[in-house]
This record gives sequence, structure tokens and C-alpha cells, in this order.
Amino acid sequence: MSSLAELDAFQRDFAAALRGQPACSPAGAALAAQPAFAVYRNTVLRGGIDALVANHPTVRQLVGDEWIEAAAAAFFDVVPPRDGSLAGYGEGFADFLDRFAPAAELPYLAGVARLDRAWTEAHLAADAPVLGATALAATPPERLLQAVLVPHPAARWLRFAEHPSFTIWRRHREGQALDAELAWHGEAALVLRPGLGVEWRDADPAALDFLDACAEGLPFAEAAGRIADDAPGPETWLGGLLAAGAFCRIDIAPGERS
Amino acid sequence: MMSAPTAGLGLKAEHYEEALACRAEGLWFEVHAENHWVAGGPRRAWLQAIGERHPLSLHGVSLSLAGTEPLDREALGRLAALVRELEPALVSEHLAWSRRDGAYLPDLLPFPRSDAALAHVASRVTQVQEALGRTIAIENPSHYLVLEGHEHEEIAFLAELSRRTGCSLLLDLNNVFVSARNVGGSAEAYVDAFPAERVSEIHLAGHRPDPRLGARLLIDSHDAPVADPVWDLLRRFVARAGPRPTLIERDAALPPFETLLAERAIAHALLGAGAAGRGTRPVSAPGRSEALIPECAAQRVVR
Repeated sequence: MSSLAELDAFQRDFAAALRGQPACSPAGAALAAQPAFAVYRNTVLRGGIDALVANHPTVRQLVGDEWIEAAAAAFFDVVPPRDGSLAGYGEGFADFLDRFAPAAELPYLAGVARLDRAWTEAHLAADAPVLGATALAATPPERLLQAVLVPHPAARWLRFAEHPSFTIWRRHREGQALDAELAWHGEAALVLRPGLGVEWRDADPAALDFLDACAEGLPFAEAAGRIADDAPGPETWLGGLLAAGAFCRIDIAPGERS
Repeated sequence: MMSAPTAGLGLKAEHYEEALACRAEGLWFEVHAENHWVAGGPRRAWLQAIGERHPLSLHGVSLSLAGTEPLDREALGRLAALVRELEPALVSEHLAWSRRDGAYLPDLLPFPRSDAALAHVASRVTQVQEALGRTIAIENPSHYLVLEGHEHEEIAFLAELSRRTGCSLLLDLNNVFVSARNVGGSAEAYVDAFPAERVSEIHLAGHRPDPRLGARLLIDSHDAPVADPVWDLLRRFVARAGPRPTLIERDAALPPFETLLAERAIAHALLGAGAAGRGTRPVSAPGRSEALIPECAAQRVVR
């Protein structure tokens, strides 16, 4: 009689053969030796590559199909999808590019991949209302200082220490001229989805420090205290953050955040 | 003929706007559930909007019902949430596995149809149906390999699965054709022997020869129009068993929406012709308990 252990062994051998590993059993070897086995190997790999490439359209524009497909295949080997929904496949691809030898000549590329990833995350994130400046203004200042501004579930914020990855990315996304002069320094960016469409803008690095603190659940006063003394204060950039849709609500009593 | 089974179209994001605006009679849409079980955003909003105008079918590709690793409970929860939200007319999955070592292998993988496999798949179909609070349809796979260790013919396996779990069956006629060519057997005999009273949906798609091995290996590629012999299989099934909700699938090399709509119109006409040829026999045969597309269409199609 058959057993579940046999089914499990079959799937173990089949999966190993898909990865090109040596078969654990003669039956597994015979299976992988059938010419048609390549159909499964190709379909599995193609599914991973297509999903990763689709989620990194700007990286693809920069490096071309052949390059990104080779990088995607190498990534798939070490980070296969875990989720049946491939719409979100690719977490960690930017970190992978940081160490991927062929990308060493393109030091801004991992940053561009992080922005493509942020776009995908914003696109798939939960819906939430946007906290507007009027709601903030309606909160008495002493209560506001003790309240937590909760970042919008679709908001992502990114820093690029040395390279203008955001400018390169947005020129591609916005169809701008690609040959214009680039100022070669670090940048900070916000990617958001206040409604159904993903949006982006450059940001003050101090605003990102503030967002980090808000995401940790710190109340306004403490979050503002995180900003460097010589950096511009909230009055400079908070209105812009609110208008962009960076927050979804104010938690008046600290500790009640979800 | 509001209550007669009609033809639907597989829907891809590229065609959302046209799909939303389309008013073809009896038109319904099927999507891959995984593309929409996201937390929020446009993918969900689009599908809700389509669902307000057309009946929907959710087709899962990743639950790995024949897999030996535990069911992905989080994925099942997301599917259940989508089913609650959209109330689709049909929900379906595959007789296949696709997970190993915690990784998702994006394909529908085969397995020996043993007694143990039957009991295992039946248990998982039951778990899914309990989580969703409804029956689902299970699709016959396309085959490329000759496997050792089968203890059941595929049709007997599916019929018994349906008997044990109450699931209905999704008959993919392109899979039938491709499998017969690749691993042997008669596609016509398969269609004739398939338990028609359990069939709640039919799939049609295109295939093409393997680039390396040529016509002796056909790939279920979903990137081409439905082939003539597959249309013949639809005529054959409808002549024997009457029409069923029938879907045109196209997942790659997408043509314009109008091209797909024209192909769907062929299927629509074939279903109608089959129904007309069968006189006054009721469409919902006794024994079919699921809420099928026809009843849903009667409730939800705007005009």
C-alpha cells in the first residue's frame, strides 16, 4: 500500500531535481532524466524571474533585459519566493545587488532597486485615510506633544548616503531627460500611496529621522528631539509630510498604537 | 437565456479599463486569486469595481493541495477574506503541488495518484472548503512526464475526490489535449468518461510545441488562441452533457481585449448552440448543489 511518506519522498526528489541537485533516489534520477522534466524547471525559474523583473522596472531600464534576468536567476537561487502571491516577490533584491559582483560598476543601482521595491510595497499596502494638517491643527499643542503620529501603512522613506539614486529613479519613472546633469551626492526620498496611485517626492533628511521615531511609536516631542540640532525643525517640513500623506492618524494616548 | 451557462474571460491588469466598460451579454471574469489577495490598494479596488458589474471567478494557483508540507494558513486566510469580500460565483484550485522547504515553486507539479495521495488531497480540499465556507472546483492538470506509482486513473481519482469532499471539478480541455499528446491516451475518451455531473466550469487555452523538442511535447502555454482540436473537445462535451461556464484563459503574449472578446464569443455561441440542441432540459441538473455562474449571473448582471 502507498503511504504519505512515499508522496513526500517523491516531492523531495522532484524539488531537488528542479534545483539541479543530485537525485536522492533512482526514481528521482529517472524522473529528472526525462527530457520533458526541463519544462518544469524552466517554468519554475521563469515564474520567479518574470515576477522579479516586473517588480523592478527601473532597474530593468537601467541594465537591460539580459542583465536583470541573469541577476534575477541568481537571486532566485538564494532567495526563492515564499509567498504564492508573486506580486510581492523581491524583498532583499537590493541587498543582493549590494553584493552582486557584476553590479559593482553601478553603485547607484541597489538604491534604484530599493525605490522599485518601495513602489511595490506602497502599491500592495493596506488602505488607510490620510491625516491632514487640519486634524493636526485641531489638536491642542500640549496634547499633540504627547501624541503619536502614526505613519501611513503605504509610506516608505529611504536615504541614499552617497549616490543620487532617487534622481536617477524618478527621471526614469517620470520620463524625464536622462542625460541632464546629475549632482553626485546623497539624497532622501518618500514613496507614498495616499489614494490608489503611488507617489514620490524628495524629502529633508531630518523629516526621515522624525518618521523613524514616529514608526518606533515615540510621541511627537520625543520624535522631534531626535532631529539633529543643526537640522531644520518640523516647521520646515512637517506640513509637506502631512500634505504628501505620510501619516494616517494621531494616537492621542501613547501606548494605544496598533 | 439569463440562466444558461455563459463564457468568461481570464482577466489581466492590462485589460482592467476595457473589462470594466464591457457590456457583452453574460460576460464574467476569472482572475488568479494570488494577484489580488493583497492588503489593499488598486489591485483590490479594481477587482471590487469589476465585481460590481460582472460575475467573478477566483482561480487559485498556489495552495499546493497535493503538497506534503502543511497548508499555508496565512494564504488560506487571505483567500478566505477575498472570497468574503467579493462573493465570487466560482472558486477553483488545481490537482497539483507547488511548495517545498518553505519555498513556493511557481508551477503546478505532478505526483503519483496513490491511495495515500487521494486521502491527503481530500483532507486538504476539505480544510480549504471549511475555511472558505463553500465548495471549490478542482482542475485536471496538464502532464509532461510519465510517472511511476499511479494507483488511480486521473478521472477515477478526481471523481472519488469529488465524492469524498463535495468539491466540483474544473475540466480544462486544453490540459486534456496537451496531456494526451504528451503522455499518451485519447483526449476524446477522457472527455467522454469525465464525470460531467460534477463539472462546474470548463477552461480553454492555447498551447504550443516545446521550442527544443518540437510537436512531440506540447506546452500548456496560455499564450495563443485556442486550437481547433480543443474547440472540438468543447463541442463534444457540450453535445454529451450540455453547456457549462466556459473560460478563455490567456496569461502571456496578451492580444488586445477585443481579440480575446472575439474568441470568447465563439465559446459563448458554442454553449448556446449546445443548449438549444438539448431542448428544454434544465441547465441545473439534479445533484449539482453549488451556486454556479448561471444563477449568479441572473442575480448580478446589470442588463
